[in-house]
Order: sequence, then structure tokens, then C-alpha cells
Amino acid sequence: MKTCYIDRTRDYYRAQGFSTDYTWSQYDETPFATLGKPLNASRVTLVTTGVVEADIPKPIRTAKHYAFSDVPEAFFTEELSWDKTTTHMRDRSSYFPVEILRALEEEQFIGDIAPRFHFVPTEYSQRLTIEQDAPSIVGACLEDEVDIAILIPL
Amino acid sequence: MVIGAALDILARCGTPRTVYNDMPLGNPLGRPFDRSMHRETLRLALTLAVDAQGPGTVFETPFVWDALDTDETWKRNFCYIDPDTPEKYLAMGDENRQRRLDNKAKGLFRE
Repeated sequence: MKTCYIDRTRDYYRAQGFSTDYTWSQYDETPFATLGKPLNASRVTLVTTGVVEADIPKPIRTAKHYAFSDVPEAFFTEELSWDKTTTHMRDRSSYFPVEILRALEEEQFIGDIAPRFHFVPTEYSQRLTIEQDAPSIVGACLEDEVDIAILIPL
Repeated sequence: MVIGAALDILARCGTPRTVYNDMPLGNPLGRPFDRSMHRETLRLALTLAVDAQGPGTVFETPFVWDALDTDETWKRNFCYIDPDTPEKYLAMGDENRQRRLDNKAKGLFRE
């Protein structure tokens, strides 16, 4: 059975005494575009919620862009809501598969990897995500001529 | 394109394409150190980027977290609420609310 995370987190915060349930994003329409070129000619990037700069306080983190050559050995993940009872975050590949992506580039399964990957904060405010973080990432992807951006939220 | 494990959240929001991996939150590519699973999940996502014909396309991988855990007991863990210790969660909430107030007082918020 699939876990209903919306219900699970709602109940968890109610148990903490919060009286107003979080309103999750909901849209009637979803943007979509076909790729328009072969995969082995496509440029790929990754978007992660894993934190690169842990010294930036969580409430003021914004979307940021980093060179793939600067991928950290381990992202800072302790403040994020992952299943801390069932699993661990000691394997970067389980949430940020850069080594596998590089292998797929080497194998010419994809065209190439973009110059930069992107961090997006797990922002409570949908307004800030829509008005600031998402446009920042889209803008950077356009600059880098990205064809496929893969968002891998923790 | 999203690779994720919280399908209900992704479905509610609406995503162009999703590869859904029924894994604990934190390991969307698969079990830690299972390179084969990570590689196949990523390949599926890249293939879906080409093959998807319309928005909301979801591909569910065949992977399982723990083949021996046939009752999927691990799924009870995330945000588990112990009915015998409600005070623990209320204390967490008080701490959470105080932290938010402290952050606001320090100017730690986005406009």
C-alpha cells in the first residue's frame, strides 16, 4: 500500500498542537513539452533539496546553482524530513546520483551533463517557491541550455 | 521530470513526468549502496523524458525496499505517532513554534 504522506504529515503536526493544516500545492493543469531531440543529444541537470551550504540558516535558504565540479561528498540533510527511522543518508547516490549520471554520459546514453546542478529549499511558502526559487532554477537551466532537469526531492 | 517517493504529494501538485520509487523518503533512487537500483531508476527517468506523451505521466518502478518485509512494516515509521506519549509531540510542537518566533525575531525569514 502506498503511504499517504499528506495525511501522515497532517496528523503529525496536529499531534504537535498545530491547528491549521498545511495546504499542499494543487494545480488543474501541468505544463508539458516533448523533448524534441534524442536522449543521447540531450543535456541533463539535477535539482536537489539536499543542502550544500549548511551555514546558511534554513529559514533564509534560497534556490542556488553550483558547478557539478563542486558537488559535495555529502549534502547536509539532517534538517530535512526524510525517514530517519527506516534509513540513512550516508550514500549520496541514493538521493543525488552524479556518479551514475557521469557514467551515462560516458556511455553516450545522454548527450552531456550541464555545467551546474541546482539546490531548491524545502520552502513552506508556495509564493516564495513560485515567485523566486522556481524562476531562478528555470533561468539557470535556460542559461546552461539544459534539455532535461530532474528534480529529486529528498 | 521528478524522481520521487511521495506519490500523493506529487500527484496532487501535478508534475510533467514522474518516476515513482516506493522507497523511504530520503532515498528516492533506491536502497543505499544499491548501485544497480539507482542506475536503473535514473535510466527509467531519462527514458521517460523521451517517451512520455502528456503531463502527469507516472512510471512506477518494480523495486521494493526490503523483500523480507512482506508486510512493509517500514512504512509505519515516517511521522509515527506513539499513542502512549502525546505529551512528547506537544513538546515538539512548542519547540517548533518557539523556534519560528526566535527566527523571526532574529530576522531569519524571506520576504
